[in-house]
This record gives sequence, C-alpha cells and structure tokens, in this order.
Amino acid sequence: MSLTHLGIPVDQNTEFETVIGLEVHVQLATNSKQFSTARARLEAGKSVTDEAVNSNTTPVCAGHPGTLPALNKTAVEYAIRTGLATDCKINLKSIFARKHYFYPDLPKGYQISQFDLPICEHGHLDVELGETGEVTKRIGITRIHMEEDAGKNVHMSGFSLVNLNRAGVPLVEVVSEPDMRSPAEAGAYLRKLYAIVTCLGVCDGNLQEGNFRCDANVSIRPKGAKGFGTRAEIKNVNSFRFVEKAIEFEVERQRQVILSGDKVIQETRLYDSQKNQTFSMRTKEEAEDYRYFPDPDLPPLVISQATVDAIKAALPELPDQKRDRYIKDYGLSRYDAGALSSTQSLGQFFELAVKLSGTELAKSLANLLIGEAARLINDAGIEIQDSKFEPKAFADLVKAIADKTISVTAAKQIITILYTEGGDVGSIIDREGLKQVSDLSLLEPIIEQIIAANPKQLEDYRSGKDKLLGFFVGQAMKATQGKANPALLQELVTKKLKG
Amino acid sequence: MSNTKTIREIHDAFDAGITNPLALTQAFYSKIDQSKHNAFITLCKDRALKQAEQLTQDLKSKHGGKVPRGTHPLYGIPLGIKDVLTMDGVRTTAASKMLDNYISPYTATAVQKLENAGAISLGKLNMDEFAMGSSNENSAYGNVLHPTHPDRVPGGSSGGSGTAVAADLCVAALGTDTGGSIRLPASFCGIVGMKPTYGRISRYGQIAFASSLDQIGPMTKSVEDAALLTQVMSGVDMYDSTTADQPVEDWVKVVRDTAANPSPQGMRIGVPKEYFIDGIDSEVRQAIEDTIEKLKAQGAEIVPVSLPHTEYAVATYYVVAVSEASSNLSRYDGVRFGVRPKAAMEAGSPAEFYKKVRANFGAEVKRRIILGTFALSSGYYDAYYRKAGQVRRLMRNDFEAAFKNVDVIVSPVAPTTAFKIGEKAKNPLQMYLTDIFTIPASMAGLPAMSVPVAKDHQGLSIGMHLIAPRFKEGVLLKAATIVERISS
Repeated sequence: MSLTHLGIPVDQNTEFETVIGLEVHVQLATNSKQFSTARARLEAGKSVTDEAVNSNTTPVCAGHPGTLPALNKTAVEYAIRTGLATDCKINLKSIFARKHYFYPDLPKGYQISQFDLPICEHGHLDVELGETGEVTKRIGITRIHMEEDAGKNVHMSGFSLVNLNRAGVPLVEVVSEPDMRSPAEAGAYLRKLYAIVTCLGVCDGNLQEGNFRCDANVSIRPKGAKGFGTRAEIKNVNSFRFVEKAIEFEVERQRQVILSGDKVIQETRLYDSQKNQTFSMRTKEEAEDYRYFPDPDLPPLVISQATVDAIKAALPELPDQKRDRYIKDYGLSRYDAGALSSTQSLGQFFELAVKLSGTELAKSLANLLIGEAARLINDAGIEIQDSKFEPKAFADLVKAIADKTISVTAAKQIITILYTEGGDVGSIIDREGLKQVSDLSLLEPIIEQIIAANPKQLEDYRSGKDKLLGFFVGQAMKATQGKANPALLQELVTKKLKG
Repeated sequence: MSNTKTIREIHDAFDAGITNPLALTQAFYSKIDQSKHNAFITLCKDRALKQAEQLTQDLKSKHGGKVPRGTHPLYGIPLGIKDVLTMDGVRTTAASKMLDNYISPYTATAVQKLENAGAISLGKLNMDEFAMGSSNENSAYGNVLHPTHPDRVPGGSSGGSGTAVAADLCVAALGTDTGGSIRLPASFCGIVGMKPTYGRISRYGQIAFASSLDQIGPMTKSVEDAALLTQVMSGVDMYDSTTADQPVEDWVKVVRDTAANPSPQGMRIGVPKEYFIDGIDSEVRQAIEDTIEKLKAQGAEIVPVSLPHTEYAVATYYVVAVSEASSNLSRYDGVRFGVRPKAAMEAGSPAEFYKKVRANFGAEVKRRIILGTFALSSGYYDAYYRKAGQVRRLMRNDFEAAFKNVDVIVSPVAPTTAFKIGEKAKNPLQMYLTDIFTIPASMAGLPAMSVPVAKDHQGLSIGMHLIAPRFKEGVLLKAATIVERISS
C-alpha cells in the first residue's frame, strides 16, 4: 500500500520540506510591571534567584480582590519600537483581552493579552543565510501583541509553592509567518530578532533568565506541496541552539510518523535538551478554551500618529543599518559586519576599540572579536561589557599584531589571559614572553639546523613536493616555541630550501 | 439625641457641642449591637473608635470646636461600608464563604477619599454574595431584614446598606450598583440611593462583579448627603483606567440652591412608555403618577419618550453581567487567599483542588459563573457577549435620542414594594425582573437615583427613579431635590 501526505505519495526517498513559524516572548525592560507598580526588572548583576520569593508584588499583580490593571506607558512605547523596527503597521487603536485558564501561577485566573486587535501587525525582517551571510530572506511577522507574564510554580516533594515575582512582567509576543524552511533559518530569524530588541533597548536579552523565549510551530510537507502539514508546537525554548536542535529532532520525528503510515497530530510538545528530544505535553483535544473577551477594566489603547512618529524618529541605529555602516566605513565583510552588529554590546565595544586602533586595523579587530573573544563570552553566556575585556586591550592587541610585535597565535593566547584576568597587553606580552622573534641572527641558524636534520624531506621538496614547505615552517616555528614572526619565517625557510 | 439626622445637621450639632464624633460613633455602635437586622458582617470598632477619638480631640484643639467643613466635609461622620469594598487590615468577605478569612492589604480609593474627608468607617455591611442578588437572600452571612417589616427583604444587593441607613445604624452608607443594587434597596428601605455615571468614582478596591457595569454610590437620608458623598468620591484615579476625566462640580451647592427654590419650572421630564407596563403594582404606579402630576402642576414640562430597546434590557444585562462575573471570579481559586476546605487540601491535582475550593460559592454565584462561562466559550461568544454589546449600544442610543428632548427621565424604581422573604428566592427569573427599570441606565452607564416619594397601604416605601445623561449629576441632583421636596 502506498502512503500519501497532503495528497502526495511519499516513501523513504521523498524529499520533505520543513515549515516553521515562531512565536517569541520578549520580556520588556521596563522598570515596573505591565499593569502594576511592582518592579519588573532585576537590579543589575542580580538574578531571579537573588530575589526573596513573592517580595516583588503589589496587590495588583498578586490578583487581590478589587484590584484593577493600569497600563504601563513605557511598555506601550517599547512595543511600538519593536513594531517599527520590524516594519509593522502600528494600530492606533488596539484592545486588551482576557485569556482564561486556571493555573496556580496565574493570579487572576486570566492573563491580560491582546487578541482581536494587537498593537502591531504585518511586519517583516530580513535574515542573512549561508556561510558568509550573502543570501537574505524576508520572514513575515504576523503580529506583535502586548501581554503580561505569569508567576512561577516551584515544585517541592509532595507540594508546590508559587512565586509571583515574575507575575505581571510586561512581554510582547512576536508571531512570525510560517516562512522558515530549516532550523538554520529559524536560528537566523531568532538571532536577528534578538539583535533588534536588544539594540532597541526594549529587552535586557538575558537568555538564562528567560528574557527571550521561543515557541516553534513545526510541520513538514513533501517538497512542492501547496498545503501545510499538521503542526506541533514546541513550547518555551530559551536558547537559539536548542531551538534549532529541537526543530531538527521534530522534523525527523514527524518524517518517521508519516513514513510509518501514522498521522502527525496537532499537539504541544516540550523539548528536553539533555536527551535532545521533544515529548508530548498535551494534544489539541485537551487544549483549553481560553474564552477571550475584551478586558472591561482597560479601555481601548488609543495612540496618536504623532506619538508613533516621535518614537520612530528616536529609534536607534538598527542592526542592519549598523552592518551596512561597518561595511562602508571599515571595509568589513558582510559576514563580519553582521556578526559585530548582532548584539548592541559587541558593536559598541568594536567601535570604541576601533577609535583607539585606527580604522585601518578594523578588519584585524573584527577577526579577533568575532573569533576568539566571542567564543569565550558566548560559552560563558555573558555580554562583552560584563567580561574583563576592555576596548583598549583589543586596540593594543591589533596594534601589536600590525607592528609584528606578536603573532596572531600569540594574540589568541593573550585574549584567553585577558578573559580570565584582564590587564595590560604590553605587560602580558612581556610576562609571558610572547614577543615575536624577527631577528635574523636568531632565526637563520634554527632553520639551517632543521633543514640539515631532514635530508629526505629536503630532497622531496626540491624534486617538486612544494607542500613540504609547511613541514619545515612548522618545525621551525615549534623550535622557536611559536614566537617566530610567521611571515618572516616563511620567507626565510623558502629562501633556505631553495638553497 | 436622635441620630436620624443628615450630615449638615450633625455638623451643626458638633459645632454647638451637643455631641462629638466619639459620642456619635459610640451611640451608633450601641444601636448596632442591639439591632436584629443583621446589617453588618464585620465591625471595625477599634479602628473606628480610635479615629473618632482623634477627630473629637482635634475638633477642640485644632479647629476651635468648629467643624472644618472646607477641608473635611465629612468630619466625624460615621458611615457603613458595603462589604464588597476593601479596607486595609479589615476583613472583606463580599458576603461569600470563599473570602471568610480574607483580610485586605489595601483600601479602596472611594473609602480612602471619604476617610481623608474625615469620615469614620463603622464596619462592613451585609449584601448578596459578590453583589449578585436583588433581595439580600444570597449572603453567606444570612438575610438582612427590612428596616421596618422584618418578614420582608430590604432589596439587594446593597441590602445591608439600605437597612443600616433606614434603621439609623449609620449616617450614610456606601453601596455598589451593577444593575440596580443601590437603587432597589434604597427604594425598598425608603432612603435616597444614587448610582453616579460609570467612570465617575474609582472602582479600585471594589470587588468586581461585572466590571463594565459596577459603580460605587452613596445611600443616604437626604439628596444633599448623596451629593456630598458623590462629590467627595468622584474623580480620576490612576488605579482605575475607566475613571473619567470630567469636572467634579459643587453638587452640594446645586442641591442647596435648588432646595432654596425647589421649582421644576422649565424642567423637561421624560416619561418612557415602556416603563409603565402591566405587572406594576397599582399603588406603585399611582405613587409615581401622582408625583409626576405634582411636578407638572408646579411647572415641569412632562414629555412622553420612548426607549424601544427596553424589552431586551434584562436578557442583555444578564449576558454581559454573568460573562464578566465568570471572568472576574476566576481568581477565587484558593491559591493565594480565601478559604481552602480540608477536602481541597487532599486533592490529587490542581483541577481537583479548584473543584473543591470553588464548591464554596453560593448557589446564585455558581449559576452565574456557569452561565457566563458558557456565554464566553468558543463558538458562543459572537452570539452572546458580542451581540449583547451591540444591543447595549442600541440602548445607549435610545437614551441619547430621548435626552435630546428632556433633562431627566423618571419611572418607578421597581415594579413592587419590598416583597416577602422567600417569595422569589426559588424563581431566579422572577427575581431578575425586579431590576427591569434599573438595568437600562446601568447598561447605558447613566447616572440614576432612587428618591422616596410615598408609602403603600402597608407602610412600605415607594421610590421614584430618576435618570440623567452621562456626567449630568448636577441635573440629576437638582431634579432629585425637587422630587424630595414635593414628596415630603
């Protein structure tokens, strides 16, 4: 018996296409909560766990009888900023609605959200794809609506506790069109959206604290099919890499389901990053009826075009604009410029450093920042301004490379030291003995010695095996403990080999 | 001394040294203690007496024995507060078992404003559970008795407020009105009840029943007192986004000026034909028609008007009210406050826990939550809540059209006088029809009042209902003052 999916015959050899739509909850970096005066934002350097449980609440966000919501103006401004930065239409009138469900972390028994008329609609953003970021793709944004966060249940043995510190914290939910076709596209979209909201200053961007959380709607269809397959929603993933991996797993799972002759069911799934798999949380049949209706406690939100225009005029330079400026002003590649403009802090750091180093060293600076430095801070999950890195140290580094005081290899070593200890680049070079050797009287005897010790290789080289040049350079570099000026070394070795 | 006095009379007595806030407060407490009306759920004696003592001291030491009427227009005036309004540190039950042990951590804006003006809160008044009812038979703390006829209901849901003021257990009281909950008990108990325009008085601290309809208002012994309390409570509140930025006038002055010359000359009074229907008690109809005749005789222009969508009012109101109630009452889940029955603590899942906790609601509250949940559910929303919203707009349009030709509209408050305890309790629909004349003004958000105009052959009070355009409390109070004068 032959299988079909969306009316198209399928088998092991069928090429499937992945269809992904993302819903991202962006926590807004306002001082107070969406509808109450309680603090919404953690003090700098503090984490949620530093806060005494339920200390950060008012009767309003704890849902006490008789309380009413009063809208946070800044949150509205932040939502508009987000909409403008993603080319959305800003609705001058939008409506808050109640979304009902019972859960202990939801104090009122409903969440105030937007349903019929959200504040922003019909936007898009462009993502860069491919190794060098040369391909761009436009991903549609269906809507951006404002809502409030729930609290958190803490499960103990035999009972549960509720912490309402997070209850009522303002969010915008950014809902994309089902325009993405691969985990990589989803990842690129998330990174771009993240770059935008952090650049706008509307989100602190702390992924660990859940400032930026993603739900992924994933389905597959035989390539060329017009309709959509049944989708699964993967809930609440808060790392870009995990979103990609969860989608990868989900795509393969759905393929197996279809090829085994079953049907994919519409359901909500959770991703377990330890096991790298998704598992079912609830099916559509169990899905709740949220009984949305306009919140009678909040009149329609009416914004003037003048307000929108003023917010638009005050928007900061967006990541794409910054990228284009880096390409133009510093001659960076599109890929490097894109990476540096991906977070507000990295771009700022780069610009401070380039001021000290001079524009001619911008490329070298970009290489160090995107490579070694970015890897270290990403691994630690921190922002560059929270590390021990200083723009001056990086300017000193690229200058030292440029004047051949140190090698690029040594520079990488110094970056590791700067990361753990900070400090002055000159002193580190001296202390660690990383100064590059360019002294001919030191290098020439070493090279001669190595050539003499490897007659076979010398013979092969001279008979045409050019590749062996690398062998001799490597041996010589090793003999200098990596301190030799690589360009000079190569030049000298070549000369000596030719005899 | 007799306490059946208005605020102005009490202030005169303070000035004359005949009594003082402390003596007056103590006198009310001893009356309350002897009363069998079950009007109060909770008394806050310590809090009130301390406040009264301070005010009494200050009256002498700071104010030279003269009431500072300008800064504290309610100086030393003991009030009753409907138990649906919160007071910091005071038990607030909404007459529900659900909140039997609930102590509110904050004070309602309206109560705070009254206390800032010098008022003393004696305690929390009985009511229908969550303000749902027309007879005060739905309280978890027992019926409130009618002030003069113990076999009858005081009306609801602000039944405790109605009886407390009429039986002189306080100078005035706060009630709340969603579909008639101030005006009906005012009519049944023979006092003045006023529901200001929706948005006049902050609802912050009013335990919500139906948010788009709920409004706090005064229940008093005179129109002037109603004007004063409303004036003190009105105004924009940053904690209630539905409060209106409308000027608060000196309504006390309006009342006094009118009382000095209570002539309806030139006033256009609308009489809606849809409000004089079969089924109105003949004595009630007679009393209202007599009052209209008197107004006419003294120079008012009586204008027949039509409010054609009146017949849909009750049905539409119940869709809106129960839908919003089902949402507003979601928070009573036993997680953060309120009573957790033992059975709930043994529940194996959150769903079972909620079931056990929410079993604590009374029958009428459960009925409305179930109806409202149905009306808002997917596939029914458009047919019920959305449609009700559309009909509501039509009702608003009816009034707007009528008010092009008249200044106020008058009608009976209710089809009957106070009925007997148990008479309608078994028939919700009949009970709902009690509010047939008060609901339309609620649906349109209009200011409306009940002013006593007569008594029936059994001595039961009959109230006249007056309705004015939005934010025209001045017009409403002027008309009410005239009705009050020609009826006394």
